[in-house]
Amino acid sequence: MLTWLGRQTLCAITEIGDFSLFTGKSFCCAAKTKGLAKRVARAVHEQGTICLPVILIVGVFTGLVLGLQGYHVLSRFGSQGLLGTLVSLSLVREMAPVLAALMLIGQAGSAFAAELGIQRNTEQIVALETMGVDSLGYLVTPRLLAALVVFPIQTALFVILGICGGGLSGSLLLGVDSGVYWSAVHRAVEAGDLSECFIKSAIFGLLAMSTCAYQGFHADRNSSAIGARAVSACTTRAVVLSSILVLVADYVISSFFV
Amino acid sequence: MQSSTYPVALHVEDLHKSFHGKSVLRGVNLQVPRGSVFTVLGPSGAGKSVFLKCLANILKADAGRVSFEGRELSPYDSVAHDGFRRRCSFLFQSNALFDSLTALENVALPLEQTTDLGKVEIRKRSRAALSQLEMEEFTGHYPAELSGGMQKRLALARAIVTRPELVLFDEPTAGLDPLRRNAVFAMIAKYQRQFHFTALIVTHDVPEALAASDRVALINDGRIGFEGTPSEFSASSNPVVCLFRDSAQALSDSLAEIRRSNPMPQTL
Repeated sequence: MLTWLGRQTLCAITEIGDFSLFTGKSFCCAAKTKGLAKRVARAVHEQGTICLPVILIVGVFTGLVLGLQGYHVLSRFGSQGLLGTLVSLSLVREMAPVLAALMLIGQAGSAFAAELGIQRNTEQIVALETMGVDSLGYLVTPRLLAALVVFPIQTALFVILGICGGGLSGSLLLGVDSGVYWSAVHRAVEAGDLSECFIKSAIFGLLAMSTCAYQGFHADRNSSAIGARAVSACTTRAVVLSSILVLVADYVISSFFV
Repeated sequence: MQSSTYPVALHVEDLHKSFHGKSVLRGVNLQVPRGSVFTVLGPSGAGKSVFLKCLANILKADAGRVSFEGRELSPYDSVAHDGFRRRCSFLFQSNALFDSLTALENVALPLEQTTDLGKVEIRKRSRAALSQLEMEEFTGHYPAELSGGMQKRLALARAIVTRPELVLFDEPTAGLDPLRRNAVFAMIAKYQRQFHFTALIVTHDVPEALAASDRVALINDGRIGFEGTPSEFSASSNPVVCLFRDSAQALSDSLAEIRRSNPMPQTL
């Protein structure tokens, strides 16, 4: 039991070290990669376009549900006027960065891990290396840099749509005065809340996409699955691990801001 | 640029490689003359592809020395390996084409990423490489839209576009019919003479390899069992060479024996 525990701990430490090196190298080779701006622009377009419909739908419905639940809880204390505060702060400080990150992992992250896994399987990554092309710089760096832009933008969009959704359910369906709702939103959200929101989303973006990249890039390391199964296994691992990492990071970052 | 002072392009000395305790290469020694077509023959599973991947540093050899144009490619000498990569191309058995890029983009990629050439020059060179391989009509096609033979030609165009001094071919005719096998070997011989690169091919297609190569070697049991010219290979009385070379005749004899002992029913 003790041997097994020790072996697992050593494996975990090695993996964390390897992952950190992988992410560090991916950023370091940005300076050497040719045509990086074009590839980053393409990655921003891909990640943004793929995820936009999901962010729109989930953002609106999260706001609608928050408005509905918040109204019924606040009405117990006769504080329906604080609905705007509850919806906006919940979204800005917590729900928008986390939910947007999870949606982006499900859409862009899984696609990225699968793409890299297939490229590893079909020797495209090895081919790049034999040509003298830095495979990390060419394949991974643009996506990581794009994530630093896309995650905060999508989170901002999520916040706006969520607050509108909360207003929709609170004002139009449940009778809260829209002036009261919007003035509560205006008063509640401060610069510190917004900076927490954007810092979280950028860190989540970096963590999620680098985890997905790491899993896809090393799809051949999994000895229990090869071929198409290795790709599906690495994609699943990428989504699960990056979702867990986002939630852990959320707790750590929140504890600094609270 | 090719140096004219060193006659051997690639020198391999006592190369060893094993996987999970199983020895695949047990001391391979080989000298590949510059500007030649050199073919390494051997049965499936003999370690031919492993040998080639060790040369290209895709796999790390357990022991042994590899020198290119007189410079040793030590595992710890990244400068030597970078230089080797710039002067060498690798044609994969699976072609390893980038499926999300068009034929033209596939060929242009090594030039875009490893040279300081301008866009116009890259485009010109890539189109020229495709045109030399009679692929100019397919510049906008994705690899999945091309036939197996065309994909092989596209991979060759990508391999030669950087004007390498050495091209490593890993089973270039795997999965192709006899006509296409001939065409691929003819294509390699033609472009080797046109671009003067050294070609190192691993294959198990004996007749085509003998027709297209300047020198051949036979890898058997993790070692080089024979090395010489194609005519020396054809005339060799080395038992390993005879077994491999005459395998087609042996199959024919076995089938004849089976037919003799089990004649077809006459009622059909």
